[in-house]
Amino acid sequence: MLEVKDVVKAFDKSLVINGVSFSIAENEVVALLGPNGAGKTTMVNLISGHLQPTSGKILLNGEDITNASPYQRIKKGIARNFQITHLFEDLSVLDNVRTCVLSNRNQLGRFFKPASGYKEATEEARAILGIFNLEQFSDQPGSELSEGDKKVLDTAMTFALKPDFLLLDEPTSGVATADKFKVMDTIIDAIGKRGTATLIIEHDMDIVSDYCQRVLVLAEGTILARGTPQEVMDDPRAQETLFGVSE
Amino acid sequence: MGLIYALNGLYFAAFLFLTSLGLSIILGVMGILNLAHGSLYAIGGFVAAYFIGMMTGSPAVLMLVTAAAAAMVLAGAVGLVMETTLLKPMYKRPLEYQLLITFGILMLIEDLIKLVFGGESRYASAPFDAMGSIEITGHTYPVYFLFVMGITALAGLFIWWLMAKTKLGIMLRAIEMDRDMAQAMGIPMRRLTVVAFVLGAALAGLGGALVVPTTPAVLGMGMDVLIMAFIVVVIGGLGSLKGTLVGSLLVGLTRSFTVAFYAELEMPLLFMIAVLILVVKPEGLFGQK
Amino acid sequence: MTNYLFSSRALGYLLALIVLLLLPQVLSPYHLTLVETGLSLAIMALGLNLLLRYAGVLSFGHGAYFAAGAYAVGLLNMYFPDNFSFELAMLASLGVSALVSALFGFVCVRHTRIFFSILTLALAMLMFAILEKAYHFTGGSDGIRIPLPTFFGIELTGMRRFQFLVGPYYYIVVGIFAAATLVMLAVVNSPFGKALQATRDNEVRAEMVGIRVKRFRWYAFVISGTFCGLSGGVWSFVNGHITPEISGWVFSGEIVYMVLLGGFMIFEGPIVGAMLFTYLRLYAVAWTEYWMLIVGGTLVLLVLLLPGGVTGGIAGLAARLRPGRGGGRG
Repeated sequence: MLEVKDVVKAFDKSLVINGVSFSIAENEVVALLGPNGAGKTTMVNLISGHLQPTSGKILLNGEDITNASPYQRIKKGIARNFQITHLFEDLSVLDNVRTCVLSNRNQLGRFFKPASGYKEATEEARAILGIFNLEQFSDQPGSELSEGDKKVLDTAMTFALKPDFLLLDEPTSGVATADKFKVMDTIIDAIGKRGTATLIIEHDMDIVSDYCQRVLVLAEGTILARGTPQEVMDDPRAQETLFGVSE
Repeated sequence: MGLIYALNGLYFAAFLFLTSLGLSIILGVMGILNLAHGSLYAIGGFVAAYFIGMMTGSPAVLMLVTAAAAAMVLAGAVGLVMETTLLKPMYKRPLEYQLLITFGILMLIEDLIKLVFGGESRYASAPFDAMGSIEITGHTYPVYFLFVMGITALAGLFIWWLMAKTKLGIMLRAIEMDRDMAQAMGIPMRRLTVVAFVLGAALAGLGGALVVPTTPAVLGMGMDVLIMAFIVVVIGGLGSLKGTLVGSLLVGLTRSFTVAFYAELEMPLLFMIAVLILVVKPEGLFGQK
Repeated sequence: MTNYLFSSRALGYLLALIVLLLLPQVLSPYHLTLVETGLSLAIMALGLNLLLRYAGVLSFGHGAYFAAGAYAVGLLNMYFPDNFSFELAMLASLGVSALVSALFGFVCVRHTRIFFSILTLALAMLMFAILEKAYHFTGGSDGIRIPLPTFFGIELTGMRRFQFLVGPYYYIVVGIFAAATLVMLAVVNSPFGKALQATRDNEVRAEMVGIRVKRFRWYAFVISGTFCGLSGGVWSFVNGHITPEISGWVFSGEIVYMVLLGGFMIFEGPIVGAMLFTYLRLYAVAWTEYWMLIVGGTLVLLVLLLPGGVTGGIAGLAARLRPGRGGGRG
């Protein structure tokens, strides 16, 4: 599905990503861990096309997308969210998701029929709201949701693009601790239904071990450890990087 | 002849510099395009014309100094009232409200001038006539034009000193570069904003005062000057002293030479330059984003 | 909820149309021409609001596209007086303003916020300067007179200008206005309209869901400019005379004034604003030599006290009177 091969990214003279390789298959949910400044967000930006690697290759379904623009990558099936919630605050919750569905169907450039008249897209959007337990908010503007629901909607929008590969940058940041597992249940459930390959940046080890099949530990621009959550937790070097030094 | 055109260009540039500086500061520091800025210039013009009219027979320099001082005080005072009552609540409002309130103020001032000074044009050419002319490379040239350039140079030096050498100037530049940072550093934003605005208003008033000995004060005089100042600011860059100077020179010289050769070209050419700069470098030649 | 809104809106529109069609029976001819002016300007206000409310950018130079439409009519008459028909004039208005706004818009949409406003303003002034200085071609500051056109081959010779305006032309203006309103309503509710609002709310996110932000903003600019052009074309016959002033910044400012006066948060606000502005200005001018004190003072008060405009104020009041229901924002 997604392959990252020997990717290097340098800003000026400093190497932020120094020869990273990994691949993620269909149906796989992989966590990317690492202390602050390890290069996690840079890695996400490289995959989504917001940054170009200094060297190395990125492939999606075997196709080289290293030089594709973010827009081209979206159309090829890579979707991402950001660490900070980004919604269309003044649009209704339904329109937030429907706009994404219409985008995926290449129907956004239509001028005359009202968006609500696109029955299939509307049904699909409502179904997605159902999956993410947001249907009761359909007609409210995005700005009126609680912080946790905003985060869920943010993920729902990314999901509505029907990506082959999903990049989630801290999908539970800003969500109250008590709700984190509920939110993750919803997200993982939705992803599982479609078999989307997913890379999640997450700090919370409990979430990682509950929801991710594999873990990549990034430190100082290289992959320090990889394996199942259990294997990584048992790895002393990973332990030191993740728990000893940083916090 | 070329020298005369160049001198004329410098003379235009001097005016533009005085009237644009305030516009540039407000746009740079507060992010507001003050459409009423030309009205402050108009106030300066009418006040100066009134004083020069009152002082017929006095020495030219005395007339000018009195008129200019009165114009600056009044334009500054109107600026003070305008900033503290109407503009202050606007800084946090969206762009459309900021622009429209200055548009409304422009209309108010325009009619207030009419109310106070009447609708007729006011001539005040006495100082210009009294100063006579000298000969430069075989052409007669009004001394008054040279006088204006001298005054502007002094005003420019003063502003440069203020911005570069005083605490006030350093704090103003800090606001311009990073508003939030400046606030966090405990710079008294409110007071500085007022000072900057009043300073800009007084300079516009001075510009208006210096123009009336050559062209009468008329209703609507602020509108034309606003557009010229707008071009200067766009070319030079928002909030930049150097940019305003260069922009004024560029516009002044372009104007002087196009008027000499093909006057119809002046405005289209100037707007063309402004548009090109906005497209290529929207922050202007010397501005920062 | 949506259906309720749509049906109540449809009912309101039907009522408004009936009232407009009945006005000639009630109003004096003079007032009828005022309504005509207001309706033609309303098309422009709707156009501006597509950018302001739905795309989130403020154009301070929309006079340029109004002028493009009006001058298309004027130049058509100047250079092809034998073919001066209304239908051709409207086509010219639409075509020329679409072309000019496509060209100007292409550079403007690369910017947002104050830079967008300044660039639109500079472009409008460039247009103004050309219209005024190229007087051999455009009539310069004297402008161009707009005579009565032919209608699909029907000659109006012998008809007086005034009769034309309060007679057939009134119904034409109402028809064009109604059509323009429905088209704009469709546009803002279409997938394109939603995508445009998405770019306004969050440009970063809009790009991430696959919206080509600049391109969509450009489409909106062209639609908006073409509405202004149509408005300028329709208005040129009402006014009978056009000058470069309509491309100047003062007129561009007045367009924004209209939209804010009516209230830009509500779809129909700009229409109300254009009508009110036409009356306000006219009455102020008729009433006192110091009409700018009234028009400017109203503007200052509006900005300070009624930021939602007249319709926003009414909606707010209605929401407060009926606490059981949400505000009727559309």
